[in-house]
Amino acid sequence: MKSIPVSTTINGDPYEFLCAPDETLLDVLRNRLSLTGAKEGCGTGDCGACSVTLNGRLVCSCLVLGAEAQGAEISTIEGMADGDELHPLQRHFIDHAALQCGICTPGILVAAKSLLEKNPAPTDEEVRYWLAGNLCRCTGYDKIIAAVQAAAAEMRGA
Amino acid sequence: MSLDEYTRREFKQVGTRVRRPDGVDKVTGRAMYGADATAPGMLTGRILRSPHAHARIRSIATSAAEALPGVKAVITSADLSVPEDEFIRDVQDNCMARGKALYDGHAVAAVAATDAATARAALKLIKVDYEPLPHVTDVDVAIRPGAPVVQEGRALENVPAGMSANVTSHSEFGHGTPAEGFARADKIIERSFRTAATHQGYIEPHACLASYAADGKADLWCCTQGQFFVRTLCSAIMGMEASQLRVTASEIGGGFGGKTTVFIEPVALALSRKAGRPVKIVMTRDEVFRATGPTVSTSMDIKIGMTSDGRITAGEAHLRYSGGAFPCGTVDMGGQAAFAAYDLEHVRTFGWNVLTNRPKEAAYRAPGAPQAIYAVESVIDELCQHFGLDPIDVRLKNAAKKGTKSSYGPTFPDIGLVATLEAAKKHPHYSAPLKDGQGRGISCGFWFNFGGNSCVSLNVNTDGTIGVTEGNPDIGGSRASISLMAAEELGIPYDRVRTIVADTSSLGYNDVTDGSRVTFAVGLATIKAARAAIRLMCERAAKIWGIDAEAVEWKDGAAVPAGPNAGKFPPMSLAEIAAVSFETGGPIAGHHEVNVDGAGVSFGVHIVDVEVDKETGATKVLRYTVFQDAGKAVHPSYVEGQMQGGAVQGIGWALNEEYIYGADGRLQNPGFLDYRVPVASDLPMIDTVILEIPNPGHPYGVRGVGETGIVPPLAALSNAVSRSAGIRLCELPMSPPRVLKALTGAG
Ligand code: FES
Ligand code: FES
Repeated sequence: MKSIPVSTTINGDPYEFLCAPDETLLDVLRNRLSLTGAKEGCGTGDCGACSVTLNGRLVCSCLVLGAEAQGAEISTIEGMADGDELHPLQRHFIDHAALQCGICTPGILVAAKSLLEKNPAPTDEEVRYWLAGNLCRCTGYDKIIAAVQAAAAEMRGA
Repeated sequence: MSLDEYTRREFKQVGTRVRRPDGVDKVTGRAMYGADATAPGMLTGRILRSPHAHARIRSIATSAAEALPGVKAVITSADLSVPEDEFIRDVQDNCMARGKALYDGHAVAAVAATDAATARAALKLIKVDYEPLPHVTDVDVAIRPGAPVVQEGRALENVPAGMSANVTSHSEFGHGTPAEGFARADKIIERSFRTAATHQGYIEPHACLASYAADGKADLWCCTQGQFFVRTLCSAIMGMEASQLRVTASEIGGGFGGKTTVFIEPVALALSRKAGRPVKIVMTRDEVFRATGPTVSTSMDIKIGMTSDGRITAGEAHLRYSGGAFPCGTVDMGGQAAFAAYDLEHVRTFGWNVLTNRPKEAAYRAPGAPQAIYAVESVIDELCQHFGLDPIDVRLKNAAKKGTKSSYGPTFPDIGLVATLEAAKKHPHYSAPLKDGQGRGISCGFWFNFGGNSCVSLNVNTDGTIGVTEGNPDIGGSRASISLMAAEELGIPYDRVRTIVADTSSLGYNDVTDGSRVTFAVGLATIKAARAAIRLMCERAAKIWGIDAEAVEWKDGAAVPAGPNAGKFPPMSLAEIAAVSFETGGPIAGHHEVNVDGAGVSFGVHIVDVEVDKETGATKVLRYTVFQDAGKAVHPSYVEGQMQGGAVQGIGWALNEEYIYGADGRLQNPGFLDYRVPVASDLPMIDTVILEIPNPGHPYGVRGVGETGIVPPLAALSNAVSRSAGIRLCELPMSPPRVLKALTGAG
């Protein structure tokens, strides 16, 4: 199979890579670009551990082809903090003990950020339904919901 | 048991909700998990798995795969020796089938190639000649004489003759004479239960990177709950000395018991040895479901007698557990745990382990206990319903307490069950009104808790900071708890302590992160390592002051003269002593190595409200409260996290999760789409109430908290469903189709 050259933007930086036509964006990020923050929990779109945004839309990067990144703007967990300044979501996840093992955390943070961009004041139920595609096996979600709400409140300036 | 460790004290830092030290790494994507490591020249390993539930392997032809450009090694069981030790041999045979494939997904061969696509192509070129054999995946079928035999000759002597060869062990626990107790009962209920095998469901698939060098030394990086045990298993399988294999635990993306053994690690090592290059293997989710440890599947008969005022007169349990295709002792823990919450005169449990053509069981949070306790707590609830008694009152009336001879032998020291039940009873949840069609259920839960081998080194740096080196992967905040305990004992701020998890060459042996042991046992070793460092620091201060070491004591992070006779010297802080340590005798460190006893059993009580949708059979969890004794909650947020996480795993088990096998013996739902774990929108908040009844076996009174939480949900949900929908199910999960069937059956 002939490799495809791709030019894209990830977390604001230009990237160029070659990938196989059937290679997923997740594999490209992790194996070619050393961006291992997105995790593979299933490879079939069922766990959300690989969540990134593609042109502002929340996607499972295991269901996107690397070639589809051509000309796109991608955001991953590695781009969430501003230098050493954590995003409020990241801070509140630590403060609320919203992670135990932490493997789901990058995907959940990316998904939660995307929710708050669309809906800065979600109800608990809206947070739960938005995050229903992101499995966490450790926490029972309780502290995740609390952390998202605390971050949302801070971001609203409440 | 060491029951004299605890002394009452006022804590300054233990019990506060500090930020975990690995938090920033884990919210920024910086933390390195199993699949995140690479090595120069690394190859990709992949494993070929049996499509048959049970088949003799006549031959495996690998030459076409070996000839594929880019393929660097192909292995089968012929590349591994046959370990003498039966336990190790089973672990190895589970990693790579020898002679027979014992379940759908059993590994039969593996390749290492320059990339994943080549490795996948190579697997297709391996020709395995299988002779399919009759299979059995159901425990009740496998136990019958005449059932297909999974493995011959595995029964222990305690199994009576004449049973199916699939029955590998028998155990019995209890005391008294149940027949006498049953004769005194006003009502006896006997029920049979079944529970499905469930998977731990950690989000991170198993992953490892093995590098075996030409001089016979090897390095292994893997996600595991116990790098030292991985070394024990892999060095035995590879015929290596332990010192030649260094195992480093990556950050771990969940385990719950499922990462206490090896599946791919020996395969990667063997491939690396053959290829002469590093080999990385990452499992797919399908492989995780088909070939790593789910929990046991069970079939159980319970008989309990009760007087009309709620006293249990006798209890009996017959437990048939299957841990898959290999012998497994989990039923023993079920038998010991079944009635552990109760003070009974007559109690007896009988356990049988049965082989089936399913993957080898791995531990899952309180292994063996949730099933047996589900069955017992369901029958107790039914007796409460029969007599119209309050389910908490009945449990209080029968609760085990200090001095109770437990159903499995030992007499309990201070335990927290009564306090936990009382807290549940007076909690607003228990008296909150329910609407029509809603039901409330409760259940007790129990787990033994382990202690075990633990080593800690604590280094006092010259700038007054502390490095703690311990050997247990941090699976849910343990670095924070260990740093907190070190800081408390030394009397310095938490953020001056950094705790790291060592590889197997850097520290003595540590048991696996299991049995809820780490905060308890490693915490104890940390406190004692700190005390050793304190003794040294007192000696150094004494030397500087020119007085006897005995005349110096440690207070609030500083050496001070002990009493007026010792002389008048201003306190000398840890930082001051550390700064001059090179002049007073050299670097200062404390260490402690111990096989810890006195873990202190753990009890919990859960209350749940549900509503069953009579149209769909779906059960909605409306409100949930967990009550659990933590001894002392070192970091309350992570204690709550264990209670909440355990409860939700239990909810999944009760309502949805199950291994479903087809008539062909193949697993039909090896993915998160069809094996449905709870998602955020399924659940309410999980409220927690932490009780603190100090464990006499720990200096700070700490008890393990990790496992008990998964035990009560099974019966609590079943009891709630019974009260919501008027149907008592005796099988888990209570999935919508099963509930619907029961509802229709009930008319
Ligand atoms: S890895 Fe993409 S959804 Fe699970
Ligand atoms: S914290 Fe472990 S899966 Fe979410």
